[in-house]
Amino acid sequence: MSQAHLLKTDRLHRIVTMRKISTIIASVFWLGVFLIVSARVGAQEFPVPPPPFTEGMFPCSSCHASLETNRKKRELKEEHSNIKMHHAEAMRWCLDCHDAKNRDKLRLFNGELINFTESYRLCGECHGNLYRDWRAGIHGKRTGYFAGTGKRTYLLCAHCHDPHEPKFKMVIPEPPPFRPTDRRNEK
Amino acid sequence: MERLEGLLKETWHFYKKTLGLVSRGSKIYYAWCFSLLAIIIVGFIFYWEQHEMGLIETNMTDQVSWGLYIANFTYLVGMAAAAVLLVIPSYIYQFKPIKEIVVLGELFAASCMVMAILFVMVDLGRLDRVWHMLPFVGSMNFPASLLAWDVLALNGYLFLNLLIPIYLLVKSYYGKEPNWKFILPFILLSIPWAVGIHTVTAFLYNGLAARPFWNASILAPRFLASAFCSGPAIIIIIFQIIRRVSAIKIEDKALFKVAELIAYSMFLNLFLLGAEIFKEYYSGTVHMASFKYLFEGLHHHNELVPWIWTAMAMNVTAFILFLVPSTRKRLSTLNLGCLLVIVGVWIEKGPGFVIPGFVPDPLGEIYEYVPNLVELMVSFGIWATGLLIFTLLMKVAIPIETGEFSHTEYEKGTYTFKRH
Amino acid sequence: MRNKNQTRREFVRNLSVTALAGASLPLFSSCSKEEAEDFLQKHFLEMTEEEKKQVIAKLEQRYLERYGRKFQISTQKALPETLWGYGLELSRCVGCRRCVYACANENNTSRYARQLHWIRVLRLKRGNLINLEDSEHYYAPETVPEKGFIYLPVQCQQCQNPPCVKACPIHATWQEPDGIVVVDYNWCIGCRYCIAACPYKGRVFNWAEPNLPKDEVNPNVHYLGNRPRMKCAVEKCTFCIQRVRAGRYPACVEACPTGSRKFGNLLDPKSEIRYIIERKRVFRLREEINTESKFYYFFES
Repeated sequence: MSQAHLLKTDRLHRIVTMRKISTIIASVFWLGVFLIVSARVGAQEFPVPPPPFTEGMFPCSSCHASLETNRKKRELKEEHSNIKMHHAEAMRWCLDCHDAKNRDKLRLFNGELINFTESYRLCGECHGNLYRDWRAGIHGKRTGYFAGTGKRTYLLCAHCHDPHEPKFKMVIPEPPPFRPTDRRNEK
Repeated sequence: MERLEGLLKETWHFYKKTLGLVSRGSKIYYAWCFSLLAIIIVGFIFYWEQHEMGLIETNMTDQVSWGLYIANFTYLVGMAAAAVLLVIPSYIYQFKPIKEIVVLGELFAASCMVMAILFVMVDLGRLDRVWHMLPFVGSMNFPASLLAWDVLALNGYLFLNLLIPIYLLVKSYYGKEPNWKFILPFILLSIPWAVGIHTVTAFLYNGLAARPFWNASILAPRFLASAFCSGPAIIIIIFQIIRRVSAIKIEDKALFKVAELIAYSMFLNLFLLGAEIFKEYYSGTVHMASFKYLFEGLHHHNELVPWIWTAMAMNVTAFILFLVPSTRKRLSTLNLGCLLVIVGVWIEKGPGFVIPGFVPDPLGEIYEYVPNLVELMVSFGIWATGLLIFTLLMKVAIPIETGEFSHTEYEKGTYTFKRH
Repeated sequence: MRNKNQTRREFVRNLSVTALAGASLPLFSSCSKEEAEDFLQKHFLEMTEEEKKQVIAKLEQRYLERYGRKFQISTQKALPETLWGYGLELSRCVGCRRCVYACANENNTSRYARQLHWIRVLRLKRGNLINLEDSEHYYAPETVPEKGFIYLPVQCQQCQNPPCVKACPIHATWQEPDGIVVVDYNWCIGCRYCIAACPYKGRVFNWAEPNLPKDEVNPNVHYLGNRPRMKCAVEKCTFCIQRVRAGRYPACVEACPTGSRKFGNLLDPKSEIRYIIERKRVFRLREEINTESKFYYFFES
């Protein structure tokens, strides 16, 4: 092996290593920024559990980053075929809520991008009264400690209402109580 | 103080003598007492089962949480209160024929009181905690709770109805004139107290806004009116038995007088009931549901309907029998009337009053309650206990009233035990 | 004066209780060991702190033997400046009865022979809310909500003017400073007058020894709330006293899948329940009886 060749390989090595390091530094930095921002804007205001993503879907960018954006309203056949749009579907399309450029974000009317943990702000743009009640803890569900320092959780709109199909599904009721004459009520 | 000591001494001696008296009697007396005792024992065995397992042994539920026991209790309080009917004319107006039998009437009231209290006791879930009710020892919710009032009223009435006749009998036994200054206040007190126990018992139901069927201000007068039917009716029957099996003389005149009072009371009872039925049916509010359940059935539940109409027929028939002088003053029709009243009023203010209060329940549920064997047997046991107590009391009281059993006679050793 | 009276009262009580204990020796032989142990137990409000500790220790031992679990028995007092209130949004209740069973699990109620529930969900025909005579308690469709019906869950309404407390002849039930009506299960004589007095059927009775399977027991209990109970005493909803005094939502609130159930402190202007009263159209069941219930039903907007 020649001297020159050796040098070249060495340089290549160094470049690769430096790139790796800078990538790690950058990712750590951006992750930090993400966490701080999301903590300040979302989780801080309302302690919500993780949004109800379909398993393996998030982050959306893991697929969408390498896909071309198709703004045309159409039936989705290859992916997301399980999503049935029943939410003012005549006047709405995916990209009205999901940001076209950054699929890991939702998009408000004013162009502001928000995290999925803050999705209530997006819902609140149309459902103002409900949003007001939700913020007060009247609409929707809260669990845990309502007073003191204990942990509390406020469910997002999307935890109960599928955003694509928000109407409540029918549920199977728990069994009725035993009648007074029920044999299971006898000794 | 000395006088009190003397009284206690005399009473104690008297008790010893009476023990001997009640332990001897005719074959019929023994047969009667022992059959009652047998019923009591059976009742007690059933009660024991209920005590061990809990009230699940009965047919009561969260929907109909009071049943046959409390129905009997209500009826018996009325019976006891009715004794006052005999006390008023005899002590106040010195109406001679009744005065002779008033002691017996009061002892009857005492027996009823014992039964009423027993019916409450068997209805309690936790008999072991009954001491929580005692004044000073427990913590009585007085004066807020009508049940606390009732405990005081009933026990006070029992005390009065034992004190007065026993005092008079003891005096009579020793051949002494009663100290009227001592006993008359108690006698006078017993009159408002009799009205009181039944009023308080009525208020017990009356005060519950949750139960529209009971929440009617006409309830207390209705209770008194029906009590003054059934109580005297049973007393008329008992007095006829007494004069047949003992030497005591009870004039027909006294019985007819009592029967006349029943006629008035029955009129009042039917009138008050009619007034209530009018109000419910004419205004036709949602509160009519219980009345509907009782008189015509509600949503195909009509367990009580035949019972209440039987009771209505009995009461009206009895009213006519007592109203017409010729049927009132003939013993056969008089007795028929009495039986009709006793049963009719029992249905009307026992099960016919307690059960519809719970049907439908405050959340609109309908549970058709029918007492089961345990409840029936325990109830029979308590009725038998009352009858036995009354029999034993009579066994002592009657010979004293006739003068056969007295201190002087006893000392002479001439008293022979009569059949009873 | 009060002290002297109390001493005298104490003396009379001790004397009578001793006499009573002697007189009821035959009764003891019939009682279970527990009943005999508890026979002379004082009213909860009259116990000293020391006596409370002894009773708790006794109960912990007893529950350990019976359920094989270490229990945490709280006697936590009412928090200052609290008056608990409940809100229930009728337009959202779907009648699924999740609350009924969450309550039973949390509060250790008897599961069978007799099954006790502190919450009843009534099904009413649309067009009617007040007349409960046509209510259906035992509806069992495949799925809920059903067309043409609405659902009305009812439990103890924690009246501020409670008819049951007035009715109880022996102070076995009373209202705590935070507005919760509680029962001393060891003081109740089982006369069931309170059941007759309650306009909401908020009280139920253990007709027999409660049946609570070992593996379904909840060991975090309050003495006046969800501790395992005994036969023939009355019991009722306590707004989950063991939870709310620690700042947690009642079990029924947490269980409701539609978020219809709301809870909070009526004295706190920022609480959820106050928001409801101020912003929503609320009503209370049987207001005409003047029970001043603290259970507010409301509708959307």
